[in-house]
Amino acid sequence: MHEFVSFTLSGVTQGMIYSALAMSLVLIWRGTRIVNFAQGAMGMITTYVAITVVDRGDSYWWALVIAILAGVIIGGLVELVLVRPVESKPPLNAVIVTLGLLILLEAIAGMVWGGRYRSFPPAFSVQGVFVGSSRINLSPFDIFTICAVLAVMVGLLVLFRWTSIGLRMRAAAFEPEVARLLGVRVGRMLTLGWALAAGAGSLAGLLVAPNVFLYPSNMDAVLVYGFTAAILGGLDSPVGALIGGLGIGLALSYIGGYEGASLETIGALVILIALLMVRPEGLFTRVAPRRV
Amino acid sequence: MGSTTSKVLRSVAVVAAFGMLAAACGSSSPSGSSTGSSSTTSGGSGGGGTPTASAPGITANSITIGSHQPLTGPAAPGYSEIAPAANALFQYVNSKGGVHGRQIKYTYEDDAYNPSQTTTVVRKLVLQDNVFAIFNGLGTPTHSAVEAFLNSEKVPDLFVASGCICWDQPSKYPYTSGWQTDYIREGKILGQYIKQSLSGKKVGYVYQNDDFGQDGIKGLDYEIPASDVVTKQPYDVTNINVGPQVAALQAKGAQVVALYTIPAFTALVLLQAAKIGYHPTWVVSSVGSDPPTLSGLLTKFSSGKAGGSLLTGMVTGTYLPALNDTSNPWIALFKKIHDQYIPTLPWDGNVLYGESVGYTFVRLMDQAGVNPTRDSVIKTLHSADLGGPGIVPFAFSSGSNAGFTGEQIAVNKDGSTLVPQGSVYTTDDSSSAPSVSNYTQPQPPSNLNS
Amino acid sequence: MTRMPGPLRFAAVRHGLVVIVLAAAVAGYTQIAGSFADFQLAQIAIYVMAIAGLTVLTGLNGQVSLGHGALMAIGGYSAALVMQHDPNGHLPLAVVLVIATAATAVAGGIIGVAAARLRGPYLAGATLALAVGIPQLAVARQFAHTLGGEQGLTVRSPQAPSFLGSSFSLEHWLSWICAAGALVVLFLLSNLVTSRYGRTFRAVRDDEIAAALAGIHVARTQVLAFVVSAASAGLGGALLGVVTSLVAPAGFTLVLSIALLTGIVLGGLGSIVGAVWGSILVVYVPQWSTDLAHSLSFSTVMGSYFAVAFYGLVLIVVMLVFPSGLQGGIVRLWGMAASRVRRG
Repeated sequence: MHEFVSFTLSGVTQGMIYSALAMSLVLIWRGTRIVNFAQGAMGMITTYVAITVVDRGDSYWWALVIAILAGVIIGGLVELVLVRPVESKPPLNAVIVTLGLLILLEAIAGMVWGGRYRSFPPAFSVQGVFVGSSRINLSPFDIFTICAVLAVMVGLLVLFRWTSIGLRMRAAAFEPEVARLLGVRVGRMLTLGWALAAGAGSLAGLLVAPNVFLYPSNMDAVLVYGFTAAILGGLDSPVGALIGGLGIGLALSYIGGYEGASLETIGALVILIALLMVRPEGLFTRVAPRRV
Repeated sequence: MGSTTSKVLRSVAVVAAFGMLAAACGSSSPSGSSTGSSSTTSGGSGGGGTPTASAPGITANSITIGSHQPLTGPAAPGYSEIAPAANALFQYVNSKGGVHGRQIKYTYEDDAYNPSQTTTVVRKLVLQDNVFAIFNGLGTPTHSAVEAFLNSEKVPDLFVASGCICWDQPSKYPYTSGWQTDYIREGKILGQYIKQSLSGKKVGYVYQNDDFGQDGIKGLDYEIPASDVVTKQPYDVTNINVGPQVAALQAKGAQVVALYTIPAFTALVLLQAAKIGYHPTWVVSSVGSDPPTLSGLLTKFSSGKAGGSLLTGMVTGTYLPALNDTSNPWIALFKKIHDQYIPTLPWDGNVLYGESVGYTFVRLMDQAGVNPTRDSVIKTLHSADLGGPGIVPFAFSSGSNAGFTGEQIAVNKDGSTLVPQGSVYTTDDSSSAPSVSNYTQPQPPSNLNS
Repeated sequence: MTRMPGPLRFAAVRHGLVVIVLAAAVAGYTQIAGSFADFQLAQIAIYVMAIAGLTVLTGLNGQVSLGHGALMAIGGYSAALVMQHDPNGHLPLAVVLVIATAATAVAGGIIGVAAARLRGPYLAGATLALAVGIPQLAVARQFAHTLGGEQGLTVRSPQAPSFLGSSFSLEHWLSWICAAGALVVLFLLSNLVTSRYGRTFRAVRDDEIAAALAGIHVARTQVLAFVVSAASAGLGGALLGVVTSLVAPAGFTLVLSIALLTGIVLGGLGSIVGAVWGSILVVYVPQWSTDLAHSLSFSTVMGSYFAVAFYGLVLIVVMLVFPSGLQGGIVRLWGMAASRVRRG
C-alpha cells in the first residue's frame, strides 16, 4: 500500500509536467494545425536563460518571470519567421521545420552553455513532507508543480472561454476566412497562440529541470511523453491534455514501479495503441461525422 | 523518347554526376587500397637512431592518433571533457619537445554514442586519415562495433575508455587494451570493504543495466555474503525516475547501498533518498563518485548545503591520486597543465582521467623507442614499465591486456574531498579475494616538470 | 506524345535499364574510390532502402511514420539472431537477409493493422512511441539475455567470395552488397509506384472517401503500404547491422527515425529518385559540416555541435526555399533552364 501511494504521488507530479507540454502542443494544433516538435527544446532554451539569471545573483522568481517572457517572445518569433511560410504547404513540411528547429536549438545550447549537466534550483524544498513520522514521496516543490500547471490550465480556460481575445483566437483557428471578414487579425492571433504555447512550454522546462538536471537534451523525454499524452487525450482537447498527461504519468509510474524501469516505454506504447484502436482520434475529440 | 524516360535518364545523369562530385569531395586524402597495413620492416623498437616515418601515422616529427568520443547527445555530459584533457597533456609534452622529437597530434571525432557513427568515424580515421593508433575510444557498445575492425587492420587500439573486461582478450583481439580498473575488479575491492568494515549490515545494490553495472555487482557478489544482500535494483539511463528503486531499498531496510551508477544517477539516487528521509551508507563506484561532479549536480539544492551533507561519508575506490592532494607531484603537474591549457573546464575527475591516460600513452611511445611500428608498440605495452600517476600497477603482460589491477578505498570527507584510507589492493577477475599491494607510485619524469 | 520503341513501353523494362546503368556506375566508382568512400557508399545504400520504403508509405500513401528506425531495428536484430543460431556460417548472407526482411514485413503488417484507423498526427504519435519503445525491449529484464541488453549482439562480417581476389577489401564487398540491396529495392518499389497499386496508394492519400466509394479497400491498402515500407526498412536495418558489425539499442534511437523522415522530405516527397538524394544528404551533410567547422577553426567539441546545428539549419532552409525537396527543386530549375533554352 505504501508503495502504491508512493507511485501514485510521483505519477501525478510527473504527469502534470507532461500535461503542461501536452497543453502547449494542443494550443498550437488548434491554432495552426501543426505539431511543434521543438516545443520541448524551446522550453530547454528558456531554462538556460533562467539559470543565467540565477547565476548572476538574481532571485529564482525573477528568473522564472524572465524565462516565461523569453518563451513567449521566442514562440511568437518562431511562428512569424519559420512557421508562417509553411502553414499553407503540405503538413509534413512543417514537421520537418520543427524537427530542424529542435536539432538546431539543442546544438546551439551545447555551443553556448556547454553539454555538461547543470544543477537547477527548485522553487521550494525537494524534501518529502511529513505525514505522521515519515516523509512521503511528495515535496513542497511537487505541490508547487501541480498547482502551477493547474493554474496555467485554468488561466487558459478563462482566456478562451470568457475573454474577447480568446474568442478571436478560437475564431481564427476554426474559421479563419469568416474571422477575417469580421475584422479578426488572423495572423496576429496565430502568433499569439504560439507565444502562449511557448510560455507554457517554458514553465514545463523550469519545473522539470531540478529533477533531471539541465542539459541540451533534457526535454526530449518530456516531449515524447507530452506528445503521447496529447495524442491520447485528443489534439483538439485541452481537457484531454490534462487527463492524458496524468494518465501517462501514472501509467509510467505504476509500470516502472511494479514491473521494472525498462518496460515503461513499451508499456506506455501498448496503452497508447490499445486506446487509439478504440478511439483513433484521442479520448476527448468530438468525432465529427464523415462528410462526403 | 517519352517524357517519363527522359525524366528518368535526366535524374540518373544528375545522380551520377552528383555521386562523382561527392566522391571527389569525400576522399580528400589519397587512400588507395586499404586492407590490413602490416608493420613496416624498417626500424624496430628501442635503440638509437634518427626518427623516420616508421609506420602509418608516424612521420619524422609527428605521431597522429585518433579517437571516438560522445561529444554531443545525451551521453556527452561529463565524458566530453576527457579528450580535451588528454589533448592538453599532449600539448604540454609537445611544448617540451614531444616524444623522441615527435609532436603528438590527437584527432578525436564525435560519435554521439551511436555505434553506427562510431564505425564511420573510426573507419575514416584509419582508412582516410591513416592514424597510427586509436586511443581511448569511449563506450562499451560503441567500441564493440570497431574492435574487430581495428584488430583485423592491425591498428593498435590503446587504452579503451571503459571498464568492460571485453578489452582483455589478448588471443582474440591482441591489439586492444584497457586502462582503467575494470568493473569486476573494482566490485570485488568495494565488496571486500563492505564485508570487512560494514559486516553484518543489510546491503542493497543499485546498478546500471549494462556491462558497467552487471559486471560491478558480479564483483560485489564475489565478496559480500549472499545472505547479506537484501535487494538488487537495476536502472536504465533513459529513465530518470529512480523513485521505485530507492523505495524498494528503504522497504527492505538496506543499511548499506552499493551504487554502480554514473554521476547523474548517483545524484538522483541521493536526492530521492533524501526526499523520503532515507540515509544509508553509500558505497559508490569510481565512475560515479567524483566529488566536484556530484557537488556540481547538487549545488542548487538547499543553497548548496545539500552537496556537503549528502556526500559526506560516501565511500568509493580510486586508482589515481586524490584531486586536491596538491602535495602529490602528479596532481601538481596535471593541475598546472589544466590551468594553462584548459582553464575553462572544471578541475574534476574527468580531467584527471584524461590527463592520466594521456600520460600513459606518452610513456608507452617513449618506451617504444625511436622508430616504433604498430606491432612493436603492442610488444612494448606488454613488456615495458608504464608507471605513471596510477597508484596501482597495470596488468599488461603477454597474457593480459587489462589496465589497472586494483584500487584504494577513499572516503568523501566533507562533501568535496576524497581521503584515501587503508591499503592499496590488487586483484583479478576471478573469485579469489583481493590482496594488499606494496606498489609505489613513481615520480614524474624530470623533463616534464621544468 | 511520341511512341517509345518496343520494350521500353513497359515501366519495368525502363526501370531495369536504369538499375543496370546504376549498377555499372557503382562498380566503376568503387573500383577507383578508396575504402572509406566505399564504406560511405554502403551507408548511403542502407539509407536508400529505408528511405525509399518510407517514401512509398508517407509520400505516396500519406501515412506519416516516425517509427521506421524501430523497423530497421527489427530487421537488424532478426539478422543478428539468425546468425547467432548459425555459428558456423552455413547460411549464405542472402538467406539471412531474406529472413530478416520477411520478419520485418510481418511486424509491419501487425503495426499496419493496429494503425489502420489512425490518421495524421495520431499515426505520428503512435509510431513515435514505437520508435522509442521497441529498442528498449532489448534491455528489458525478460529479453536482455536473448537480445544482448545495452551491449547488443555482434554481427559477423561477410567474407568476399574468393574469386574476387584477396586484396578485395571488406569495405568494397560491403558496398557491393548494400548497393545490390538498394538497387533491388529501388527496382521493386519504382515498379510498384507505376503499377495499379501505386495508383491505389495515391488515391487513398488524396481522397480516402472517394477511393472507398470507387471500390478501393482502404484499410487493406494502408496495411500493404506499411508492409512494403517495413520490408525495405528491415532489409536496410539488417545490412546496417552487418556494416556496423553490431546491433545495439544505441544504434536505433529516435534520432535514426528522425533522420529517415528528414531524408524523404529533403530529397523530395513521393519521388523514389528523391530517396537517393535524401540518403546522400543524410550521410554527407554531417561530414561536410564537420569539415566546415574544422576550416572555421572551431574546437573539436564546438565543431561537433556546429555540425549538428548545421544539419538542423539545412532542414529549415530547404523546407522554406525548396518546399518540394531537392528533387522538386531540381525539376523546377531544369524546367526554368529548359524553357529559357527553348525561348532563346
